[in-house]
Amino acid sequence: MAGQDTTASVRVESLVKKFGKFTAVDRVSFATAPGEIFGFLGPNGAGKSTTIRILCGLLRPTSGKAVVAGFDVARQAEEVRQNIGYMSQKFSLYNTLKVVENLRFFAGMYSVPRDLADARIREAIAMAGLAGHEHDLTATLAGGWKQRLALGCSILHRPKVLFLDEPTSGVDPISRRQFWDLIHEMAGGGVTVFVSTHYMDEAEYCNRLALMNRGALVALGTPNELKRHLMKGALLLAKCEPLGPALEVLQHNPAVVDAAVFGEALHVTVEDAAAATTSLPGYLAEHGVKCTRLEPIPPSLEDVFVQLTGRRIRAGEVTAS
Amino acid sequence: MARKELIQIRRDPRSLFIALIMPVMQMAMLGYGVSLDAKHIPLYVYDQEGSQESQALLKRFQASEYFDLVKTVDNYRELTAAVDSDRSKLAVVIPFDFSERLRDANQTNVQVIVDGTDDNTANLATDYARAVIGQFSVDFRTEWLRRQGLPVGGGGTVSIEPRTWFNEDLESRNFIIPGIVALVMALVGALLTSLTISREWERGTMEQLISTPITSQEVMFGKLIPYFAIGLVDAAMCVAIGVWWFDVPFRGTLTSLFATTSLFLIVILGIGFMISVAIKSQLGASQIALLVTLLPTMMLSGFAFPIDQMPPVIRAITYVVYSRYYVTILKAIFLKGVGVRALLAPVMAMAIYAVVIGWMATHAFKKTLD
Repeated sequence: MAGQDTTASVRVESLVKKFGKFTAVDRVSFATAPGEIFGFLGPNGAGKSTTIRILCGLLRPTSGKAVVAGFDVARQAEEVRQNIGYMSQKFSLYNTLKVVENLRFFAGMYSVPRDLADARIREAIAMAGLAGHEHDLTATLAGGWKQRLALGCSILHRPKVLFLDEPTSGVDPISRRQFWDLIHEMAGGGVTVFVSTHYMDEAEYCNRLALMNRGALVALGTPNELKRHLMKGALLLAKCEPLGPALEVLQHNPAVVDAAVFGEALHVTVEDAAAATTSLPGYLAEHGVKCTRLEPIPPSLEDVFVQLTGRRIRAGEVTAS
Repeated sequence: MARKELIQIRRDPRSLFIALIMPVMQMAMLGYGVSLDAKHIPLYVYDQEGSQESQALLKRFQASEYFDLVKTVDNYRELTAAVDSDRSKLAVVIPFDFSERLRDANQTNVQVIVDGTDDNTANLATDYARAVIGQFSVDFRTEWLRRQGLPVGGGGTVSIEPRTWFNEDLESRNFIIPGIVALVMALVGALLTSLTISREWERGTMEQLISTPITSQEVMFGKLIPYFAIGLVDAAMCVAIGVWWFDVPFRGTLTSLFATTSLFLIVILGIGFMISVAIKSQLGASQIALLVTLLPTMMLSGFAFPIDQMPPVIRAITYVVYSRYYVTILKAIFLKGVGVRALLAPVMAMAIYAVVIGWMATHAFKKTLD
């Protein structure tokens, strides 16, 4: 295809999107390779959806440049649309249509040639595991099936880049797992899969991750790179009683870089794991806190994110730092 | 696109209802309800004299299809109670000296009590009553004079106001049914199309749709073609009901009917589409659609209120009300049976509207979220 950039399937250069005074996307730059699963991780309102919509040609960038499948999203939106598949955050197939009618409709919308359409619809049904349910009304499908059908609809025209905006929100874990198998399958076929999520486990499945916070890209790399290079010091898991005072006390200890509540325990970032595991129980006991467990753990992406931004991804609340 | 839309309409009971049942209901409701004739007005009579003459007058009232003589009473109390309780719309009191005064040729004094709560019916009832009494007194005097051997026409006749010409044979219905056809088309067309785009915005399917390479023109035609077809079916239904149920004459040709209806539909659907594009909630879109289509069609198209009798300012406004032209055309096609050629001016006006609105509608829809 003319003007096709073979090295990058998506290239974004200091992309900015403002809604009035509010900056939803703030000077974001990155590039993706064909066949890559590229994850967008961040709390709600971090600018993930807005960025994806810009890349799909649904929103105009305020400034900066974005090239998708070799076409400029601002000037060649129609060409971009022919080469992408998009699954929006909200389930957006027609509930009053049957499964096969939705597929036929989108085959028509993507101008899939008639002689290819039937075969591809059959493939999509097989892929989504919807065989035998072709004539069910879409409204009657369970969440995970709906998501797979939506995915099936968005790849009928064999797009080069696939944008999935929180595709698995509200879907049960088994269906999520199945959905990710499909994503890997597609990436294996050379499709660039763009996926936004706020599930940590899903983020681990991505080849590369972009961490977003308040419109800005705060980190970019493979999940391992992010965990290894961005974490300052080592991470300890601390089970303490009572939890609240423990957090406060730990934050005042000079050996502690950071401490935050994770579930029923604390994640404590320290400079030296070995020194801290010996000194901290005594320090806590002096302040009337009982420590039942204190041990080094491998950092999760959530820890990375909290350390970088002081914010949680799922709940979005600011933790003490 | 069009096929999907049709399937969706078929599976959506609400759309189906608006498309097919509402026109019938509208026709029935308005056809019966918006009759400007009053018939079978319940009448109470207090005949104080009880003479041959007063009975003759009562017979006249009974013979008239505009009145139903409910009861003859013998006191005022019962009479006023009947009017108060809505059992009677019109009460007639014939005085003690009715026959005497009638012969005197000075004045016949018949008291008429009218329920003025419904202004329109009250006016009509008074007019009808005056006509009945007036005719009676003229006939009576003519007869009496002849019996006396006097020349007819001499002496003081009872003065009757000449404005009591009333619709002898349901004329207002003939006049109103074509207007109702326009009303139904405006209502159904605008309501259905106004919902079509906004529904997709509300359900989130629009975001998916505009991420595909489909052009905005394709969206528009795909959306409107099914409603255009439904509009023509509705028009045929309305005309059929008008002709076979309400016995309204249809003197024109179906070709001219459908040709002009198509023009009107383009205007109405275009307006509905633009509203739907501009307002992304179904509720808001349908409200606005009713406001810009139903209201002007009802008030300013000459459907209910004759345009010639409007104040000049309002009359000037009616020239921009597109449905005015359609109502004019429909009335002419129904009642006069003239072809498109005789209706050149309103048809041209409609065509201009169709082109302008059509052009605006094709450019209204943008495939972006901002």
